Amino acid sequence: MTQLPQSTERKMGLVIDLDTCVGCHACVISCKGWNTENYGAPLSDQDAYGANPSGTFLNRVHSYEVQPDDGPAQLIHFPKSCLHCEDAPCVTVCPTGASYKRVEDGIVLVNESDCIGCGLCAWSCPYGAREMDMAEGVMKKCTLCVDRIYNENLPEVDRVPSCVRTCPAGARHFGDLGDPDSDVSKLVAERGGMDLMPEMGTKPVNKYLPPRPKDQVEDQIDILAPLLAPVADEPKGFLGWLDKTLEKL
Amino acid sequence: MHPAPSVIIFTTFSGLGFGLLFFLGLGQPAVTGLVAFVFYAIAFGLAVGGLLASTFHLGHPERAWKAFSQWRSSWLSREGVCAVAALVAMGLFAFGAVFLHSHWTLLGWIGALLSLATVFTTSMIYTQLKTIPRWNMNLTPAMFLSFSLAGGALLSGAEALAPWLLIVAGAVQLAYWTRGDAALDGSGTNLATATGLGSRGTVRAFEPPHTGTNYLLREFVHVVGRKHAQRLRVISFGLAFALPLLLILIPVTGVVVKHIFALFAVLSHLAGILVSRWLFFAQAEHVVGLYYGKR
Repeated sequence: MTQLPQSTERKMGLVIDLDTCVGCHACVISCKGWNTENYGAPLSDQDAYGANPSGTFLNRVHSYEVQPDDGPAQLIHFPKSCLHCEDAPCVTVCPTGASYKRVEDGIVLVNESDCIGCGLCAWSCPYGAREMDMAEGVMKKCTLCVDRIYNENLPEVDRVPSCVRTCPAGARHFGDLGDPDSDVSKLVAERGGMDLMPEMGTKPVNKYLPPRPKDQVEDQIDILAPLLAPVADEPKGFLGWLDKTLEKL
Repeated sequence: MHPAPSVIIFTTFSGLGFGLLFFLGLGQPAVTGLVAFVFYAIAFGLAVGGLLASTFHLGHPERAWKAFSQWRSSWLSREGVCAVAALVAMGLFAFGAVFLHSHWTLLGWIGALLSLATVFTTSMIYTQLKTIPRWNMNLTPAMFLSFSLAGGALLSGAEALAPWLLIVAGAVQLAYWTRGDAALDGSGTNLATATGLGSRGTVRAFEPPHTGTNYLLREFVHVVGRKHAQRLRVISFGLAFALPLLLILIPVTGVVVKHIFALFAVLSHLAGILVSRWLFFAQAEHVVGLYYGKR
């Protein structure tokens, strides 16, 4: 059914630390790798080795420049995937019931055998979290690695979404955001976790931790700096002669 | 938004077809026999042809029947249900008119209202999308309904009503364009809210996630032809409203000349609405474009 559940027992989701993300795209690759081999249709590529390659991805990393009024600009890497919204518009617009939000953990999924590939769910998503697979003709989206997180065939350490497991910087966290005592909820409370496009009313479960303020460069870089002699002052030898000659001209 | 020919054809032709069915259901004109057959053939051809075109852009058209199930939450599903109900009601009404020379008034009214409801549900598929501020306005259903009624009046030969409906539709079109141009800026959504980084400074998209394109950019960030938008608006307005109004208001003598003028009025209106509908899609900015520094 494409009616949203009144509430979900848990709110499983991701917390993404924009302070820590180094923009390596490892999460993108590991997501594509895991999800092309497991749950649902593979994530196809078109013209992969040709002039205009493109393909289906469930997770993409943008990079933004933020220029404060004073101080240097900051570069922020910005991974973006499905936010598993509480009020997910992609679920209610679905005409066939293929799109649904699970009551037990709040994960938004697509039943691919019911999907007609009309694309309306992608139209309704402000975050660009859903992509039509050009080979399969069905909508693909982040499953929160539903085939990993409960998978008892995997070692316990691997029972997290592939992107979280892979992140070398520890910028991605997975847990129950509906439980105020969970590690992820505490992290969100401590670091001022935020919603993307809150004005859309989607109530995203995934949260983003804003970058911490950068160290400020004071007038003096180091207290020892004034005591250090300049490394180079006057050129010597040939360059010294050239310098003097050019000045005379 | 990508102006897919299938949705442009679907919304334009089925809008016109259901507009004609609305007038036929109300007994305007109260035709029977062969004349009725021609009228209903045109109306059903437009409505059903449009609906079939809409399935062309589906990834899995063979599963389209499943789209009737979610009418409780989905406008697309409601549209499917309404369209079938309208076609069945008007099909029975047409059977009475063509073969039994009788008009079942109540059934006609039901069919007429269902036809209009179908157009309304079509418009709501677009209107409901908060992600596309240009569509997320009351003027979107007003535009679809007024276009459908004006087109239906022209096709059904409702001489008294057609000029007024054309004027109303033209006015709605102008209002839609004016308000639509300010919709994205007025929506309060921008790269600052999209990234949540606005409080820290001016946000600029520095590097996209990949060097090539993707489904999102192809589907939602369509900028080809937008530079011609103002010229196309003038062409669309002239063809859809001004010229048809002129053609039906010119006093002519003789039934044949009158019908030829009416035919040209309909064709001009149809061409104008197709241009308007192309603009409806091509000019619509989806907020996901903001993440890519585009609109």
